[in-house]
Amino acid sequence: MALSESWIAGKFGITPQDLESYLGEALSRGGDYADLYFEYQATSLISLDEGIVKSASQGVSLGVGVRVIAGERTGYAYSDDLSPERIRKAARVAACIAAGPAQVEKVPLLEGAKRDLYPVVTAPTETAFAERVELVKRADRAARAYNRSIFQVQATYADNLRHVLIATSDGVLSFDRQPLARLSVSALARQSGGTPQRGHAGGGGRVELRYFLEEKTPEHFATEAAREAVVMLDAVEAPAGEMTVVLGPGWPGILLHEAVGHGLEADFNRKKISAFTDRIGQKVASPLCTVVDDGTIAGRRGSLNVDDEGHPTERNVLIENGVLRGYLQDRLSSRLMRAASTGSGRRESYAHIPMPRMTNTFMLAGDSDPEEILRSVPQGLYCVNFGGGQVDITNGNFVFSASESYLIEGGRVTRPVRNATLIGNGPEALRYVSMVGHDLKLDEGIGICGKEGQSVPVGVGIPTIRIDRMTVGGTA
Amino acid sequence: MSGSGNLLEMANDVVRQALAAGASDAECTIAEGEEFSVNVRLREVETLKEAGSRGAGLRILVGRNTGSSYTSDLTPEGIAHLVRSALELARVTTEDPHAGMPDPKELGAIPGDLALYCPDFAQLETPQKMELARRAEDAALSADPRISNSEGASFDSHLGRHVFANSRGFSGEYRSSYCSLSTVPVARQGESMERDYWFSLARGLAGLEPPEQIGRIAAARALRRLGAVKVETQKVPVVFEPRTARSLLDHIFEAVHGVAVYRQESFLAGRLGEKVASENLTVIDDGTIPGRFGTSPFDDEGVPTRRTVVIERGVLKSYLLNTYTARKLGLKTTGNASRGLAGNAGIGHGNFYAEQGVEPPEGILAGIRNGFYVTELMGFGVNIVTGDYSRGAAGMWIRDGELAFPVSEVTIAGNLREMFQGLAAVGSDLEFRGSSAAPTLLIAEMTVGGR
Repeated sequence: MALSESWIAGKFGITPQDLESYLGEALSRGGDYADLYFEYQATSLISLDEGIVKSASQGVSLGVGVRVIAGERTGYAYSDDLSPERIRKAARVAACIAAGPAQVEKVPLLEGAKRDLYPVVTAPTETAFAERVELVKRADRAARAYNRSIFQVQATYADNLRHVLIATSDGVLSFDRQPLARLSVSALARQSGGTPQRGHAGGGGRVELRYFLEEKTPEHFATEAAREAVVMLDAVEAPAGEMTVVLGPGWPGILLHEAVGHGLEADFNRKKISAFTDRIGQKVASPLCTVVDDGTIAGRRGSLNVDDEGHPTERNVLIENGVLRGYLQDRLSSRLMRAASTGSGRRESYAHIPMPRMTNTFMLAGDSDPEEILRSVPQGLYCVNFGGGQVDITNGNFVFSASESYLIEGGRVTRPVRNATLIGNGPEALRYVSMVGHDLKLDEGIGICGKEGQSVPVGVGIPTIRIDRMTVGGTA
Repeated sequence: MSGSGNLLEMANDVVRQALAAGASDAECTIAEGEEFSVNVRLREVETLKEAGSRGAGLRILVGRNTGSSYTSDLTPEGIAHLVRSALELARVTTEDPHAGMPDPKELGAIPGDLALYCPDFAQLETPQKMELARRAEDAALSADPRISNSEGASFDSHLGRHVFANSRGFSGEYRSSYCSLSTVPVARQGESMERDYWFSLARGLAGLEPPEQIGRIAAARALRRLGAVKVETQKVPVVFEPRTARSLLDHIFEAVHGVAVYRQESFLAGRLGEKVASENLTVIDDGTIPGRFGTSPFDDEGVPTRRTVVIERGVLKSYLLNTYTARKLGLKTTGNASRGLAGNAGIGHGNFYAEQGVEPPEGILAGIRNGFYVTELMGFGVNIVTGDYSRGAAGMWIRDGELAFPVSEVTIAGNLREMFQGLAAVGSDLEFRGSSAAPTLLIAEMTVGGR
């Protein structure tokens, strides 16, 4: 029996009969659909500051969420106690959303096709603490060794291992083991009593610990953080107003996440409150732009074998050659919009209701040479690293904050500038993309996306692009 | 919920087990909560959520090495695992000369009823809670024909119990409650679509604003944003309404946060006793005000909360500290320890606010010929290390003392040092809608980035 392969089913002695019986309880007052989401998550966090490993913590959280859908209505309850009585009680509470005779038609639970996007034998969470502690110590040493002006280093290593078991009244049975690890480094630089400047770098993914020893080492992230802090010591005031902006490859793809990604989540479009509502088939970007959301890339932070509704993740084209192609769908919205789920139903934990979310969102490569893109700009801003961003999906305005950027003067990258926020409008901003580089890069694996109080890990990516018009929020 | 005796006893027992297993000091937090949430959209129920949860966190010291762990499994096996996990970690952390718990004489709780627990909403049946949300949304939808869509209205409530015990002899607990009512209408006119929100938050139902008032205010806010334009790039006076002014207080909190101070990653680090803002500004942190959202009888290390003057007439008087950061800086804790279940204690504020001035907001606007009134801020473009400030903004343009037309898709930028030194007016309209609050604030000059 396939269920026996599920770690959670094994640990808590859950049988297919149990799952069917809980689903029956959830639909005891009617409703179109019910699902169960069992989650067991082990988490570790190690932080180093001033050369001292000041904090190390580990913990376990487990629980089950029960959801009942009746038309557009959702009932939700959860329990952090997996005893059958408590699960049944949660199912009865969620059932209250429906008001009718019990849904008696039962569909046998069948496990979907399996794939393994993160074939991690030993998850970082399962390795010895001493090995993981060594990562933050190495980061500290490397950042301090980079330059004498570095006077503070903070390194944080975090990982978690999430086991999920999902059963739906449609007969879908899925389970997954989802490892995730991240190392981040922050460095402060100061020159002879002047104002300190901060640099930050980090990354990881659904990887084994070996990734930090062989591919992206603590020294890599530490050097990057220290370099950014030192560069910023010479920063001048950022310009203000509309200008040409060139984004470097990788993490600046956060532009896509804010400018178009959120606005294309199906819940907002079903409710007709997104600036992209009813625009499928319309031109919303320059023909150079093709944007996809892909949850199937091996080992990436935003990837998942199945989404949090048990649906396999997919590669979804959002914008193709400038034309809006599709929304990101979860089960509820896809059903109400008579579309197919795109495998985009995600939730922070068992205590949260799933909703359409992004996975790894990026723009496909074009054919321009990145050097040539910079040379083409007489005057503008070149942004290579960002902090966070935000969007108002209703009017479409979005911001993202440049943490490392430079003036472009006469086609040459010149002085670094101080932190500045860039602002634009989603359905407008990408129309001004006039060049797209051949250097597509995904970010290093550090993104956290927040929506309605729920945080999920995501990835972004972009090649070097030139945007002819964007408002920069400097002071000069 | 289980009886209080059980959890307090459990916390003390966790501490005893940790000491028995070899810890030289231990502290245990147990949190228990019940949440309820109903969302109504276009007058129909959309989601209904109800659940309870609890968890325990343990932090131990073995000499000067710390370890910490948490679990949602409170069975005897779960607790045994919690204790083993924390002790295991104390072997991998580094000896930290400043690590430790508060001195026993610093421990305690402020006496009296702090009015944190008024669960009158527990008496309501679910349909009555739905009705509150429905009324708030209906008031917004009925306000104007240009409002025909909505993200809905929600009634949320929470009941919590917080238990803390440590090996220095402290054990205490308190219960708390809150409920909130909010709505998010969407206004539309031609090509312009805008949303805004309004909410009310209180310890109990009796403290909530009437649903109709919440709906009407939310509608008026969404409507006035319609047809917003982008203005020219220019330097002008900028007025922050209380909802956005509150974020400036939050930046002051981040800058007086003990960790940012000892790491020297704050533009206010090392400036105690100096004038860091205009004389108009007095900032208080007070964790003792009955009924407020930042109030508690003791902090998350078992130290009584108190009133701390942070900035007095522009002069920086105090940082906000827990035991660790106080030792790092050679100062005393200010009773601001704050922690979740995992890790070392961090720092949180009590009720953190700017004292109100004498001028009504209309009076502040009246003195401005050309300026920007900020009602919405976006993004994270604030660097506490340098004070550099650059955020997305929306609001109303001020022309000859009046709110003239809506503005959006612009940035406002400056540096927090200069912005607070240039604080030209403080309004008389202080009101608490959370644990931090500010009245209307006028910054003499900032750069508005637009066309």
